[in-house]
Amino acid sequence: MRALVIDDSRAMRRIVTGILGGLGYETRQAGHGQEALDVLHEGWVPDLCTIDWNMPVMDGLQFVNAVRANPAWRPVTLVMVTSESEQSQIVRALAAGAHEYVIKPFTADALRDKLALLGLLPQEAVL
Amino acid sequence: MTLTTTSFDWVRQLVHRESAIVLAPGKEYLVEARLLPVARKMGLTDVGQLVDTVRSRPRPDDTRQIVEALTTNETSWFRDGDPFTALTSTVLPSLLTARGPAERLQIWSAACSSGQEAYTVAMLLEDALPNAASRVAITATDISREMVERTQAGRFSQLEVNRGLPAPMLVRHFQRAGNEWEVAPALRRMVTARECNLAAPLPRMGPFDVVYLRNVLIYFDLPTKQAILRRVRELMRPDGWLFLGAAETTLGVDDSWSRVVIGRSSAYRPLKGA
Repeated sequence: MRALVIDDSRAMRRIVTGILGGLGYETRQAGHGQEALDVLHEGWVPDLCTIDWNMPVMDGLQFVNAVRANPAWRPVTLVMVTSESEQSQIVRALAAGAHEYVIKPFTADALRDKLALLGLLPQEAVL
Repeated sequence: MTLTTTSFDWVRQLVHRESAIVLAPGKEYLVEARLLPVARKMGLTDVGQLVDTVRSRPRPDDTRQIVEALTTNETSWFRDGDPFTALTSTVLPSLLTARGPAERLQIWSAACSSGQEAYTVAMLLEDALPNAASRVAITATDISREMVERTQAGRFSQLEVNRGLPAPMLVRHFQRAGNEWEVAPALRRMVTARECNLAAPLPRMGPFDVVYLRNVLIYFDLPTKQAILRRVRELMRPDGWLFLGAAETTLGVDDSWSRVVIGRSSAYRPLKGA
């Protein structure tokens, strides 16, 4: 399974990449929404995107809207991973087409629980 | 500081006497990890000091804190989701057929910890049943007074709502309250929390249509497991449903239950005449 980790913080990308790598994901990283779209256009379409909200160039919500506007990318599961914790923001992200929402700070178990809910835990990672 | 054998044995005996939970040798690390916050709260530096202090001057409140710290478990929403899928796919339709429209369904979340299981059930029923709050009563029990109070309050930290609670359910059933999230009043009305030690005679409750007793029996020795299952059965309706943890079973423990496979989950039902 493939995951694209989108966050403008290199440290956060490293943390999320580490968790997903440990679960058996093949990962790539992007520093903002436009860079992530470029990866998808290039033909590297992941099963999962983890998406920060506040990023330069293109923010997470704009990225979700752009992915949802392209029917070819419908199978991609979109999980917001952000410090935006207002209820109205979660509602906006879900309405735009995000499947799940993880609020920073979070633990590896929290991300893993969400992936389990989405049926996105690689088989070998299920204990 | 490493816990001495004498201190560990004293804690083991205390926990067994108060809760019937067996702390096997080798669980010293667990005792250290769980009791260090209790020691610090009392102004002590380590668990050894805590044990010495409480042994020399036992006060009910201190011993209760020790037992609670060792019998409280981490929990998450939709933990091992299959028993919840079974509730909505099979158990609820069957109960609605069997019961009259005016009959209130009674559900028990035993050893409820901070209440995630009870509120998970409440959310599912709220989504599945019109006027769920008037048709279902959920009793959540725990040995820990602190956990009972937390369950009744229905407030959860950011870290807690991150653990396995689907975001659509979070925004539908919770309200932000400062840094925490509070369950909707309709859910809180459905849930009543109370203290209950499963290893002692149980209070008058029920009769229950569904009991969630998950990841509890694993902590007890065989005679206690048998006693708990017998007491739970006495509080259940004859056609009720019992859910145990994925690693637990009544087989080889108490033969007065029949096992029913529901999808990837198992439920246990009282055998007639047993």
